[in-house]
Amino acid sequence: MKIIVAVKRVIDYNVQVRVKADGTGVETENVKMSMNPPDENAVEEALRIKESNKANEVIVLSIGDEKCQETIRTALAMGADRGIHIKVDKAIEPLGVAKIIKKIAEKESPELILMGKQAIDDDCNQTGQMLSALLGWSQGAFVSKIEFVDQSINVTREVDEGLETLNLKLPSVVTCDLRLNEPRYASLPNIMKAKKKQIDQINLEELNLDINPRIEQINVSEPPKRKKGIIVADVAELVQKLKNEAKVI
Amino acid sequence: MILVIAEHNNEKLKSFTLNTVEAASKINEEIHILIAGNNSENVCNEASSIKKVKKVLHAKSSIYENHLCENLTPLIVNLAKNYSHIISPATAFGKNLMPRVAALLDVSQISDIIEVESEDTFIRPIYAGNAIAKVKSNDIKKVITIRPTSFEPTSSSGGSAIIEDIGETEDLKLSNFVSKEESKSERPELGTARIVVSGGRGLQSSENFKLITDLADKLNAAVGASRAAVDAGYVGNDFQVGQTGKVVVPELYIAIGISGAIQHLAGMKESKVIVAINKDDEAPIFNVADYGLKADLFEAIPALKEELAKLNIIKK
Repeated sequence: MKIIVAVKRVIDYNVQVRVKADGTGVETENVKMSMNPPDENAVEEALRIKESNKANEVIVLSIGDEKCQETIRTALAMGADRGIHIKVDKAIEPLGVAKIIKKIAEKESPELILMGKQAIDDDCNQTGQMLSALLGWSQGAFVSKIEFVDQSINVTREVDEGLETLNLKLPSVVTCDLRLNEPRYASLPNIMKAKKKQIDQINLEELNLDINPRIEQINVSEPPKRKKGIIVADVAELVQKLKNEAKVI
Repeated sequence: MILVIAEHNNEKLKSFTLNTVEAASKINEEIHILIAGNNSENVCNEASSIKKVKKVLHAKSSIYENHLCENLTPLIVNLAKNYSHIISPATAFGKNLMPRVAALLDVSQISDIIEVESEDTFIRPIYAGNAIAKVKSNDIKKVITIRPTSFEPTSSSGGSAIIEDIGETEDLKLSNFVSKEESKSERPELGTARIVVSGGRGLQSSENFKLITDLADKLNAAVGASRAAVDAGYVGNDFQVGQTGKVVVPELYIAIGISGAIQHLAGMKESKVIVAINKDDEAPIFNVADYGLKADLFEAIPALKEELAKLNIIKK
């Protein structure tokens, strides 16, 4: 069985993002970038599945400019077997991303496609679900546990009321929650080995897809700032303020 | 015309459906609502009495009982031809389902909107709410999820919309429901509570986390947690407030032993009044707090309970 893991290069989760003064977006120049956090869980899960002999190949795929190769290398250093980089120099919406991955999936025929449940930049939470629909496959979204049962998988999903378990026919698209596992760190020897692993680069044009944006970003602005608060001396003052000033208790 | 996809449990409408209808009414008054379920007649009656709903579409079949997204999608896609907008709450239900609908209609979804500017232009937070984007959809049909806490619930009474039964689609047999573990609680729901008391890694253990739940009970509040507390196993993930958890907008949010990572702030910084209790002077949570108390939580919580007991009237 083959697994494809889709990973996205995003502004590192520890970076305080800044809105550009001209309102066209957020600053990305000289900002630390890294793999979207739940995508790391997706890579880790694929590796664990392979290590338990239920898969024989883990392919990591990323879409974006040349620097995406760094993100793919990170996954290769964790243990993925090979990479596919679809080179695109402009921003693509989740629908476009799903169409691209579908094209690759048709060529590679994986039985499982994993990715993070949400990218922490656009916060769309769409790509996995769209991909699953376009492929006509089963879907496990926001998954915190995957178990193999004969020719299918049981996934536990994080839903608003608690946990839900579904049985999914393979092939399937599963989007990963941060609780799925604890991603490993790449060891130095594995980082060295990863440099020799193969990354196939594909130009978007070769795929012949309509991925033109459907949504125009009119502007990006700072969120409204909260009024500066105060520091209270003790619990008694806190309760007094909440009762008499804020009037919330 | 707008189609609202109702969230329900076959017995009752989930309350965020009301917020979704309200958001829809800011786009167009001609609102229909889809109830796809099994033995869900009560839900239809409830939906029919929502004043702003003009028609209830009822698709009843055992294949819709557990809201399996693979089976719901073709049902909605078939209905889509009659509607300009298809809207659902950005809850686990809507987030799971709506991108499938959008993909099969070949449109880009507009996720988690917090404001309607016009029928094609919307406001949505990005980067965990650290930036706000105004976006215009150029697709013919708009598939939208709305952030329920950013819209008021519409009135649940005063209406008498007709209920129309519609046919079912075929069972695609791609997935099966196995089980659901619901966290049962007498407390108010986290997403809609007037007061939320949240605990973070500062609590140090799941035993200590009881300090938070006790305090919440005193205040008739819901319990929340930071991702750090959830990851450390103090409480379940359904308590998580933040970018990848729930977004809450209570009147009062009390963050205890929570440092205030960007991901956590994304889920609570729109709260009306924020209280932070932390012993670390530098904790970023103090930057968003209306009232900060720099104290050891193990001393502050008992003292707080004592002070609250003196008031002895807690607003419900």
